[in-house]
Parts: sequence; C-alpha cells; structure tokens
Amino acid sequence: MKILRDLFKDYRFCFSFAVLVIILIMAFLSRFSPHDPTLWNVVPKDLKPSVKYPLGTDSNGQDIFWQATYAVRNSLIIALIAGTVSRVIAILVGMVAGYKGGTTDRVLMFISDSLLVIPLFLIMVMLAMMVRKFLNLVVLGLLLSAFGWAWDARVIRSVILSLRERDFTKTAILTGTGTVKLVLNEYMPFAMPLIFSTLINNISWAIGLEITLAFLGLVNLTIPTLGTMLNWAITYQAMFLGRWWWVLTPVFISVFLFIALYWLSVSISEYLDPRTRIQRVGAE
Amino acid sequence: MNNPILRTENLKAFYVLDMAGKQKVAKAVNEVDLEIRENEVYGIAGESGCGKTTLLKAIFGAFDPPLRLIDGHIFYYINDLGVDVTTLNANEKRKLRMTYISYVPQGSMSVLNPVIKVKGTYQDFIGSHVRGNTRKEAFELARQHIIELGLPRNILDTYPHQLSGGMRQRVTIALAALLGPRIMIADEPTTALDVVVQRGVVQLLMSIQQKLKNTIILVTHDMGVHANIADRIAIMYAGKIVEEATTTKIFGSPAHPYTRFLIDSLPRFGDKTQRGSVPGNPPSLTDLPSGCPFHPRCPHTFEPCKEQMPDYTQLDADHKVACWLVA
Amino acid sequence: MAFVKRYLIPRLIQYVLVIWLGVTVVFFIPRITPNDPVMSMIAMMRARGSTLEPGSMDGIINDLTEMYGLKGSWLSQYWAFWGRLFHADFGVSFFQFPARVNKLIATAMPWTLGLLLTTTAISWTLGNIIGGLAGYYSRKGWSRTLDAVAMVIRPLPYYIFAFALLILLTWIVRWFPITGGASLGAKPTFTWGYIKDVLWHSALPALSLSILGGAVNFQTMKLIVQNVNAENFVQYAKLGGVTEGRIVGKYVIRNALLPQITGLALSLGQIFSGALITEIVFSYPGLGMLLYNSIVRGDYNLIMGITIFSIVGITTAILIVDLTYPLFDPRVRYD
Repeated sequence: MKILRDLFKDYRFCFSFAVLVIILIMAFLSRFSPHDPTLWNVVPKDLKPSVKYPLGTDSNGQDIFWQATYAVRNSLIIALIAGTVSRVIAILVGMVAGYKGGTTDRVLMFISDSLLVIPLFLIMVMLAMMVRKFLNLVVLGLLLSAFGWAWDARVIRSVILSLRERDFTKTAILTGTGTVKLVLNEYMPFAMPLIFSTLINNISWAIGLEITLAFLGLVNLTIPTLGTMLNWAITYQAMFLGRWWWVLTPVFISVFLFIALYWLSVSISEYLDPRTRIQRVGAE
Repeated sequence: MNNPILRTENLKAFYVLDMAGKQKVAKAVNEVDLEIRENEVYGIAGESGCGKTTLLKAIFGAFDPPLRLIDGHIFYYINDLGVDVTTLNANEKRKLRMTYISYVPQGSMSVLNPVIKVKGTYQDFIGSHVRGNTRKEAFELARQHIIELGLPRNILDTYPHQLSGGMRQRVTIALAALLGPRIMIADEPTTALDVVVQRGVVQLLMSIQQKLKNTIILVTHDMGVHANIADRIAIMYAGKIVEEATTTKIFGSPAHPYTRFLIDSLPRFGDKTQRGSVPGNPPSLTDLPSGCPFHPRCPHTFEPCKEQMPDYTQLDADHKVACWLVA
Repeated sequence: MAFVKRYLIPRLIQYVLVIWLGVTVVFFIPRITPNDPVMSMIAMMRARGSTLEPGSMDGIINDLTEMYGLKGSWLSQYWAFWGRLFHADFGVSFFQFPARVNKLIATAMPWTLGLLLTTTAISWTLGNIIGGLAGYYSRKGWSRTLDAVAMVIRPLPYYIFAFALLILLTWIVRWFPITGGASLGAKPTFTWGYIKDVLWHSALPALSLSILGGAVNFQTMKLIVQNVNAENFVQYAKLGGVTEGRIVGKYVIRNALLPQITGLALSLGQIFSGALITEIVFSYPGLGMLLYNSIVRGDYNLIMGITIFSIVGITTAILIVDLTYPLFDPRVRYD
C-alpha cells in the first residue's frame, strides 16, 4: 500500500518495524519451547551463552533464550489487553463527554484529570499488593487498563468537540441520523489515527509499569515476563556474580522494545499530521 | 513622473515542496517586472492564490524556505543608488527593514507578541535599528506619532489581547511608519474588518503617505479599496502581472479580459442587474496551463493563447497589458 | 477580581476535590479487595515463626483491626479516617513498631524532596533552554543530533533507565558508589564532609532523573518552539528586522514557556513516581526505599501513609505551579 511505502522512507519506522517483527517472532517461538517455563532445574544452572544455550542459563535452571520467548509473549499479552481495554474505555468516555457536554462532560473530565495528576504508581502498588494472589496475565492487563485511559479520553473528546460543530454533523442530525450511529460511523474515522498512536504509547506504558511492578515483587513471579525475569536476576545477585547474560537479556529486549514502540508512534503520528509531513522541504 | 524607488527584473520566486519524496513546485511569482515610483500608492489586485503575498515577500527579500529565489533581481533605489537586494546578506537586509522598507502583514490581528505590552514591541522594533540615546528620543517620537495619527494615548500601555482587531491593525500600521521608511508594504490591511474600521485603516494609510511622502504598496483583492486610495494598479494572475495602469484607466478602460471581469463584478449604486464573475477556478500554481495562464477561463481565447505567454503591449504612457488580443 | 473568580476559585475547588477523590480511593482499596489485611498480617506473623497462643488470637485480631482503622461500620471508619488525616496521623508502622508512620515519612522526605527539587529544576530549565535553542535552529546539525539522542532516551521508563545507568556506571565503569545516600554509618551533620558525601551518593539518582526528565523537556520544548516559530508575531518581528537575540528570547522562548509550565504541572505526578522508582534502584534513603521496604514487609499503614502523603503533596505542588502561570501569561491576568 502506498501508505506503507511512504512510511518506510522514515528510518525510524524501518527500525521499529524490524525490531517489532523480531519481537513478534520471538513471542511466536514460545510455542515451540522444549521446556516448561514455570519449572525449575530443567537445564544445568548458570551456564554462559553457548551454541547449545544461545543466551545461557539462569540460576533457576532455565534456558534463558526460551524463557525470553515466553517473557516477551506474556509481556505483550498483558500490554495488549491493557491497551485495547483502555482504548475502549477511553472511546466511551471521550465520546460521551464530547458529545453530551454539560455536567456529564465536567464530571467525566474531572475523573479523567484526577487520574492524570494523582501519582498512579502508588495506587497501583496498593492495588497490586491487595490482589497479588490473583494476578495472572489477564487480571494484570485489566488492572493496568483501568488507569491508562485518561489521556486518550481527553484527546478523543477534543476531536468530538471539534467535529460536533462541523456542517456535516448538523446535516446528519437534520436528516434523522441517530446519535450512536452518528458517533460511531461518522466520527470514528477521524479519531482512529489518534487512537492508534495512543494505543502504541499505552502499550509502551503498560510494559514499563509491568516491569516496575514485577521488580517490586508485586506480581506473580512464576509467570515469566520481562519484569519477572529481571526480578529473578536481581534476587540472585546476577550482577554481582558476573552473570551478565541473565541480567542483560531482559534489559536489552526491553530497551529495544521501548525505543521501537516510541519510534513507531512518532513516525506514524508525524506522517498523519499534514504539517509535519510537508516540513521536509527541499530548500537548503 | 516620479523617480523609481523599487524595481524588479524578471523576478522568479517559487515554493519548492517535498512531500513524501515527491517534489512539487508552486510558481507563485513567475517573471515579474515592476517599476514602482516615489510618492505614490501602488495597488496590486488579484484573486486569492495568485501570488500577491509571495510577490510582497519577494520584494521584501524574505526568501524563507520553502520559498526560493529562482531568478531575477530586485533593486531598491536608496539615495538614488540602485541596490540589488538579491546580493545583500541577512544582516544588511535586516538593517534596511523598518528604516527603508517596512511591512504590514496579512492578519495584523495576531502579529503582536501576546506576552508583552504594545510599548514593549515598539521598543524592540526601535531598539533593533536605533542606537544609544537616540533610542529614547525615538521612543518619545513614537508616542507623539501615535497621537498625531489619531490613536488613543494609552495604547502603548496595553496588552494586545485587550485591543480590538481594528485597533491592533492600526497599531501595526503606525509601527510600520515609525522610522519614516521610503516604502511601506501593506498586505490585505482591510480584510476581516468591518466597513467602518476599514475606512479608519484606509484613512490612516493615506495620512501617513501624505505626511511622509513615501510609497505605499497595497495588496488587496478588494477593488473598492484600490479605487479609494491607489494611484496606479497592477492586476496579478497566476504569478504574472497581466495589466498595469493608473486607477482611472483600470476602472474606465480595462484592456485585459480578466481585468474586465474584475471591474464588471463590482456592484454599482442603482444598478440592479446581476453581476457576473470570472467563470471557472483559478489555476493551481503547481500545475499551470501552457501559454497564457488565463486562457482556460477566457471567453476570447484563440490560437496563440495556448502556445505562448504574450509580451507586454504599451497601450499608453502608463498603461500596459499582456494579452494576445491587443498585441 | 474577575481573575480571582475565573482562575483562582475553580482551581482551588478542583484541588480540594482531587484530594478528596484520591483519599477516598485509598480508603476503599484495602476494604474492597479480597485480601483481608488483618488475616494476611496474622499469616505473615505466623510465617515468621512467632507462636501465637490460642487465647490471645481474639485480642490480636481486635488490636490489629483497630490499628488498621477497620473497626465499626464503613461510614464511621471513613469519618475516623478523615479525622486522623487532619491531625496528620497515619497510624503506626508495623515492622518498625512502635515508630509512627509520620516520623518515618518525615525522616525519608527531605532526601526525596532534595532530590526532586534539584533534578526537576535542572531538567526543566536546561531541557527548556537547550530544547528552545534546538527548536529555533532546528536545521542545524547539533540540533538534529541532540534530537536523535533524546529519541533514544525518552521512551525508556524510569526504572529501566536508572537500572541501565546503574549497570553502566557502577559495574562496567566503576566510578560511583553502589548504594545509599551517604556512606554507611555516617552521621547526618552540617559539615562539609557530610554534605560532600551526600552529594557523591546522590549523584547517580540525580543524574538518572535529570537526564531522563531533560530529554522529555528537550523534545517537547523543541516541538513547541518549532510551532511558535511559525506564529504570526514571530514572522512579523523578523519582517520588522528585530535582532535575533530579542526574537529568540522575548518572542519565541517566552511564549513557548507557557505550555511548558502547564506541562510541568501535569507531569509532576509522573516525575514523582519516577523519583521513587529511581531511589529504589539506587537504594537512596528517601520515600522510595521506605515504600519498597513497606511492600516487602506488608506494612499497610506505611504504604497508605506514603500514598496519601504523596497525593496531598503532589496536588499541592501542582496547584502552586498552576498559580504561577498567570505571572507569565498576561491574557489570564487581565480580561
């Protein structure tokens, strides 16, 4: 498609595309893992990377490479759940607030703004502590999504506000289009590109928060994710004991993942904004 | 006939855009030859998108990317000496601004820095061109100047957002005239203002011109304003000047078909017949028609119009037109 | 007077309401989640090997319930909760019994506050200045290089960046001390020796926070400035031949600062959370470490205390920043 071709001209998009493809392949590879990721002592412990164990083994007796495939898969699942559910919430809140206006709008925006300024991290810590026992992938994803919709809701709301004043809205209403149909069919296409780019940012945020919570020990440590891998590595003093392969694997994967997601969202949103698209001018 | 104060020679200024790999060139000023004289009000008229603003920017020497000077020269006659602006560097051009030539831009409503008072803006402009003690004098002169031009005394102590659009417009015009420039360029100074304020702006321009005896180059699509204040008018279409004459001749005996359409579209008192307008749409500057750019919309188009752009025919001492019909 | 009505009062009302909402949420979380704090505390006590006589169980449960403020109906608990808050009474910490939570927070707070104030000031001012210049000269090489660097740093969460820095500077290149706010056993005094010690140990967390915060400010300021550059009044100043120094300072940066002030207010919550996380990575003895220890030991009172304290603190800080905005934007000051 033409859009993809244009996007590939941006080196940032190429980089992030490549990294994400690799990450997705890794996640997919987890299906073929010869080891059960939740068991211990399936391979000899603390071996350096070699041909047999490409990323070495850890102190729990797990093959780091296959652990990493699971970690990536699980982190992505959590993030995707968090991202999509929070988009849905954001769309609902944003559309209702934008379209209805008045008190509904003010109340919804108040809640949304409060979520933005209150240090959510601490609230998340409290919540996670309380539901620690039940924290599997899905629950964690939902928990994250409960707090990640605020920014997006505001964005969608402003799109709706500007669309509401446009001529085609008045025409649609005069010709009897119902509110729901109007909002879903007519307004959504305008909001879609924005929603997509905030989705990417949200996924990045979710992964980051998961890693942070895991590092604090607030998640189910038997499920391999990027965060729990790091937590185990630190608990076993991998740094001090010189076992760099265990620590650096989740760190490297995360760093590349975050940069790739960010570059993806920046290149897409710059492409969508006509002003920045034209900014690359041939007038030196 | 007065001496020239500004002259352009085969001026070509295009916008070079690079959109996702493809290059598009908008030929906004396409081989323009102008000679503007001292102590006159020179009007430039034409539809939106014909290149009027770009021509002003080019004359001003403001070639900011994506606008590029492709070809041609611009001469300022400073103290009777012709200076080629295209050869000056940025700092030399900067020094000429406000002192020799000043600009009243389109949309004067939002050209004042919103976070400082009007006097702050005045001080910045003065301070950038006048040194030392003379700065204070200049600022005092500014205060007097404001009063002389009929603006309220305390206007310098207000913030821009506290003034109405028309008032801001007049403040900008007063500022442009402050250091007594020989040329003042006004880009659509009356657009987006109500009629009463428009009159105030036009009168302000006239009183400045009479006081300083300088040149005002006025760009607007409003023929009524031209009729009011311009001495000579140039009609611009798709980056080219298609006709130039004194105001009376433009309105009395327009030669170019496009000019005729413009004049005919003006309403007159008591005349209730339907006014016609130019058929079709103005061409895109990135995709100009061949030959004379007006030929797709011209009712009198014939053979040579599609092939070649006509040269100027001098109908009179001060009336020239570029059209195959009179060539 | 219109200013007070239109600007001041809505913000004060919002301030009060947000704190109310935050505190209410904190109140409800332990009460509606399936985990019973009292039972889990007893389970933890047992797991650590303390033997509990059967007869004393009721007494213990009663005491615990009271200490957690869980006695009585929800409404009476809520009321009592607020009552204690107004006396800044967050109860007693469990694992540092009988230390009061206030005292623990008060000891840790200056460390965090010092770190936060300095790093926020540095990253905001430097980030804005450099970002502003980079935005104005956006075509120059150095501007683009800095932008590329910021593109790599910015997306990293506080934890990963701090951790990566930790690995880099204490392990790979052994320049800095690994933990603590001061050398072990040093007594806090106002001697130069102690202060130097503190500065040395704070260097890493400060570096981590400043660089990350600076990268974000740099990028947003650069974008804002690029937009302001295209504004009518900047173009006009250029057409008027105003000197470049004046344009950059008075026209571009002063106008670009306005959204940055608002942006600062909005991001204070994140900066604070980031500071806590960074403290934990570097074992810096501020609120972050306090939080970490309380998580590890399941000290509910302490966690709640820290959370509420943070909510009030941050909302107040945001209010203060919000109130300085009119100083910079005359459009809000005058009608």
